Amino acid sequence: MLDSAGQAPGVEQTVLLYAPGKKIYARSTTGRFNSWRWVFVLITQALYYLTPWIDWNGRQAVLFDLEARRFYIFDLLLVPQDFIYLTALLLISALGLFLFTAVAGRLFCGFACPQTVYTEIFMQVERWIEGDRHVRMRRDQEVSLAGRLPRRALTLLAWSLIALWTGFTFAGYFTPIDTLGTGVLAGSLGFWQWFWMLFYAFFTLLQAGFMREQVCKYMCPYARFQSAMFDRDTLIVSYDAARGETRGKRSKHEDYKAAGKGDCIDCGVCVEVCPTGIDIRKGLQYECIGCGLCADGCNTIMTKMQYPQGLIRYTTLNALEGKVPEASIRKRFLRPRVLVYATILLVITTTVFTSLVLRSPLQVNVIRDRGALAREVEGQYIENVYRLQITNKSHELRRLVIRAQGIDGLAAVGDTRLTVDPSAYTTAIVDLRIPIAVAESMTPGSHKIQIQVESEDDPSLVITQKAAFFVPR
Amino acid sequence: MADFVSNFWNLYVIVLTLGSVLACAVFLYFLSRKKVKPGAVQTTGHTWDEDLAEYDNPLPRWWMYLFYITVFFALVYLALFPGLGNIQGVLGWSSTGQYDREVAKAKQTYDPIYQKFAALSVEDAAKDPAALAIGQRLFVNNCAQCHGTDAKGAKGFPNLADKDWSWGGDGLAIKTSILQGRMGMMPPMAAAVGTEAEVEAVANYVLSLSGSPHDAGKVALGQEKFAAACAACHSTEGTGNTAMGAPNLTDKVWIYGGSIATIKETIHNGRQGMMPAWQNILGEEKSHLVAAYVYSLSQK
Repeated sequence: MLDSAGQAPGVEQTVLLYAPGKKIYARSTTGRFNSWRWVFVLITQALYYLTPWIDWNGRQAVLFDLEARRFYIFDLLLVPQDFIYLTALLLISALGLFLFTAVAGRLFCGFACPQTVYTEIFMQVERWIEGDRHVRMRRDQEVSLAGRLPRRALTLLAWSLIALWTGFTFAGYFTPIDTLGTGVLAGSLGFWQWFWMLFYAFFTLLQAGFMREQVCKYMCPYARFQSAMFDRDTLIVSYDAARGETRGKRSKHEDYKAAGKGDCIDCGVCVEVCPTGIDIRKGLQYECIGCGLCADGCNTIMTKMQYPQGLIRYTTLNALEGKVPEASIRKRFLRPRVLVYATILLVITTTVFTSLVLRSPLQVNVIRDRGALAREVEGQYIENVYRLQITNKSHELRRLVIRAQGIDGLAAVGDTRLTVDPSAYTTAIVDLRIPIAVAESMTPGSHKIQIQVESEDDPSLVITQKAAFFVPR
Repeated sequence: MADFVSNFWNLYVIVLTLGSVLACAVFLYFLSRKKVKPGAVQTTGHTWDEDLAEYDNPLPRWWMYLFYITVFFALVYLALFPGLGNIQGVLGWSSTGQYDREVAKAKQTYDPIYQKFAALSVEDAAKDPAALAIGQRLFVNNCAQCHGTDAKGAKGFPNLADKDWSWGGDGLAIKTSILQGRMGMMPPMAAAVGTEAEVEAVANYVLSLSGSPHDAGKVALGQEKFAAACAACHSTEGTGNTAMGAPNLTDKVWIYGGSIATIKETIHNGRQGMMPAWQNILGEEKSHLVAAYVYSLSQK
């Protein structure tokens, strides 16, 4: 931003506080980290694009049916009352992120974040159609806009197709994906289905095609707070300045060490391959997404120069400063910060999975009639009225019996036997009564009772809910 | 929107709103430039923990464009929708208008369903499970507060699930009760009956009508007083009169309770029962379905 060309030092000048965007032409590279990135691209995308197509007992295996408020994940059936599990999932994700970050920096950013994964895919498409960094840079400088347009349009078309398929897949998690396909062809989808499909597609195109590193640098909160999880033993992509400096060009057969030069030949490859356009040699920066491509790029050059690899590598600050030998970096994994993150993660994950496995397939809510407290009915009884909302969270039909206990002679009449269809819910209206003789021996007011809903086919399945029985004066 | 008494507040809102929006744009333009010394690294000027300084790096330019876009959006919004004082906006949108449109849309969806059942008699609609399901939902939302979720009532609120009807139990009578409401009124009758002993006798006679436990020695006196003071409404036999909502006293169904003490209380103080009219709340067609549901309860 500070364009000081031609200005005498010390003279104030007016500048714009908002910098024009600088286009990043990331150069392609090969190597260990690049291969890992592509492995993760393939895994995450296969997971994302293929999951909605899996069939499970005659229905879509993973389907979040918002309209019916039923969420199917293979055999698991979740209802809105299970929302706590979404919270738990977010908690586990966050703690997982903390753990990975403490151990090895922004692994998520570099390898699994949708933003960087789609950017990687889109960049690769761009390279296939428009060529690598130097070709694109030269074309942008030398060829007129009209001359560049055909290739640019082709890239945009390819991007759009990927984006549309991504949007389609996204909507396919919420609407059965086979009906969604025919709906698109027939143009018979509802407004919100079109909206979410195109909205998701548009933002995939915008963020992976055009915004790219700007999203990480200016919009992403995780990028900023992950540095709070770092310490001096965190593995980060770093440049070994002690070995590399003083950087400088040299001829291949020169005795550069005698000339006081380090291993860095200042070729700039590490900057050229960086998808966020930074120079890792300036040290760890918040823009660094930890993808390791600079290490790959540098290693290629080191090999050509017949220098040892790893001038840029995954290492820790302590190792760089010689406080911890390179060989024992892994031993430092077992430090309090990592152990605390790991313990919390383990405890929460175990708790959540245990509760998910032990989760009752029935949910019962008891609502006592509020308008009328109690009434006297024929046959010398005092009656209270209850409404039971019973949700069947399983894939089986349930035949149920409703009972009550807590007061001598307490009996249930009304809808005490009922069936609930798989994944459906029903309302039972139940009257609980006690003989007047019993009521007269009790203190007037509210008395604690239990209402039990028991499965007729599986006596071990009993849901007990607390309720209150009102005895009038 | 004629909420403002004087036109001053109308202008006040317009000037303040437009002024704020335009001021944002002006500030944005002039404050996005500043004078700096070239070459020097810009920091926010604050140092934390002895050596931590924060770079004052520029935001990308598209970020600034977003601010201009919000200004543009605000002006377009204010032109289209009501926001500037009394100005209605080009689209003529109003919240009541939107409400009316949504109600009309809902009517379009649901009216055919209601009309299908409205064409049937209450008795015939009560045979349709779909009608009963709708009727039950309406009942639970609107009627259960007093009559209970199971429609069996409570003290002062009649049981609708039995075969006993104060105002008549055929479909039309039930629907009329719902649409127009009912006022059940029994005046205090102790003075007309006579002495406390005579009130006691009438209460025992009333209990004898339904074969409930009573003092047989007081029945003869009670019957005499009943014929004089009560039979006009409850009929000589005590079977009541559905035209005026006088309950049948010969069954064991009691609206206010069937103990001797409660019956005496009723004779002394009278009773007032009020069922509100639902015509304006539920309307004809929904009341029809509620009537069908209530009717079905006594047919089991």
